[in-house]
Amino acid sequence: MLYRFLKKVFSSRYILLSLGLFIVGTMSLAAIFAPLIAPYDPTQINVDAILQPPSAAYILGTDNLGRDVFSRMIYGARISLWVGFVAVGISLSIGILLGLIAGYFGRFIDEVIMRFVDVMLCFPSFFLILAVIAFLEPSLTNIMIVIGLTSWMGVARLVRAETLTLREREFVHAARLSGAGTFRLLLVHILPNAMPPVLVAATLGIAAAILTESALSFLGLGVQPPIPSWGNILMEGKDVMGIAYWLSIFPGLSILITVLGYNLLGESIRDLLDPRLKQN
Amino acid sequence: MNLVKRVLAKILWLGIVLLGITLLSFWIIHLAPGSPTDMQTTLSPTAGAEARERLEKIYGLDQPIHIQYLNWVKRVALLDFGQSLSGDHRPVWDKIRERIPLTLSLNIISLVLILGISIPIGIFSALYQGGWFDRSMTIFVFIGFAMPSFWLALLLMMAFGIYWPVFPISGVTSLDFEYLSFWGKTADLVRHLALPIFVFTITGLAGMSRFMRTSMLEVLRQDYILTAKAKGLPVRVVVFKHGLRNALMPVITILGLSLPTLIGGSVIVESIFSLPGLGQLFYQSVLARDYPLIMGNLVLVSVLTLAGNLLADLGYALADPRIRLGAGRQ
Repeated sequence: MLYRFLKKVFSSRYILLSLGLFIVGTMSLAAIFAPLIAPYDPTQINVDAILQPPSAAYILGTDNLGRDVFSRMIYGARISLWVGFVAVGISLSIGILLGLIAGYFGRFIDEVIMRFVDVMLCFPSFFLILAVIAFLEPSLTNIMIVIGLTSWMGVARLVRAETLTLREREFVHAARLSGAGTFRLLLVHILPNAMPPVLVAATLGIAAAILTESALSFLGLGVQPPIPSWGNILMEGKDVMGIAYWLSIFPGLSILITVLGYNLLGESIRDLLDPRLKQN
Repeated sequence: MNLVKRVLAKILWLGIVLLGITLLSFWIIHLAPGSPTDMQTTLSPTAGAEARERLEKIYGLDQPIHIQYLNWVKRVALLDFGQSLSGDHRPVWDKIRERIPLTLSLNIISLVLILGISIPIGIFSALYQGGWFDRSMTIFVFIGFAMPSFWLALLLMMAFGIYWPVFPISGVTSLDFEYLSFWGKTADLVRHLALPIFVFTITGLAGMSRFMRTSMLEVLRQDYILTAKAKGLPVRVVVFKHGLRNALMPVITILGLSLPTLIGGSVIVESIFSLPGLGQLFYQSVLARDYPLIMGNLVLVSVLTLAGNLLADLGYALADPRIRLGAGRQ
């Protein structure tokens, strides 16, 4: 039964892509329309309904301040996606800029930028993020910036590699001979052609950023209460794990599913773009 | 010649990266608002401008910034990271040193497990590509990639610590550890470290087995595999001698690259399971804003990662006859 189901699922070519799109779409809609979907105010404290198990009134139960977990998770989706998009936006901007410069100008500039990438890769990024957070304040803005600033290295390497081959292609030479300036060459002729792998990296990057944010919030160094985030709901649930399983199960599950969705989407786009895999 | 050149280039690279690590770390220290002497001067009602100047002289803060950097590097090179700001005021290096063994052994044990499990998974997935084993492993890999390690740890604590209490969920040893026999001590350690090592292993397994599968598929597509099969060699020899040896080469590189993630994971796992390792120390120092301790940890883990990268590179050079024998041929 299970085998046949799995076989069916995997034999269809676009099923992983559809599944990824479905998860990402649902989560995005939940985040955008949070005020309409959430049955309660996510920060409304209700001392009469502390640690209620899931019921008709509270689908996913309540936390130790009587707040509705489902509503908090819907608003938490906003935080997760927001962090994911902004952090990846920052890492893409830095990565693309440095990658283009390194790949196009080569020589000394390339050497300097790539050694900087090596240095950044030597810091276990979670240590680096925590260290910077310790010197600043843990806040939503700060963690988005810090995650973005510590995750651009992969994109820079990708864009550099693409630029290295693209700058020798005929159409780029043709554009240069027709008088296109460096700026135009990079932005109009090289960058668009280097974008496909970057798109894949960006999608996978959102997943990674969501994971990092939830881990930081779980450790109490990310999004600060009372703003709800999946990570800090789990943190608050940890102390009452023995009596309130719903606080530890559902937020974790939504992190897992969301990250899975972005990963599926990213991997499917990669497969679609890679002509070598099409033969299989 | 080839080998010598490679080693020289590597040493140059090492120097540049070390310089970069210290510069970046030094810059992070200066992210903190205010001056390190604020605690004793501006914020203290009894201290005046004179006391402030005196303190700045003691700490060398009146020097230009590049001199401060050089002095800092000099002290770091001698493993002098200053004193912890916490109540015990112990030297940072002492606090770090006593915690290295636990973190290092956790990471090494997990790494061995990850390799021991993911390599066979990768081989069989690649050999029977599209079969039921490969498909179920693909599902496992996708879930493993998306699994937050702290949530996995929470679930395990809930399952095996509360609802079905078979494993202790915090610390390294039981209270009566001193009185146990040798085997009792070993069993006690294993019971305490089983869950943390499981979390480490599961989170690393997904990536490594996926990588091994891709690498093996790539190799099996090569002409020399076809030749070996055509010669009539047994499948076992083709797969393990011709295939596996070549497929393992990229794994050495990826091992070095995956080191930072593994070490980074110890912050989460050690804090959740209350294991007194480097990760927990780092987490505590961040919470307490114990700046000297944070910097000591940061410099140490980055240098450890660098060392891991170098080892991986060396391993690659030794395993690849084209590089290893390159010197003899010239």
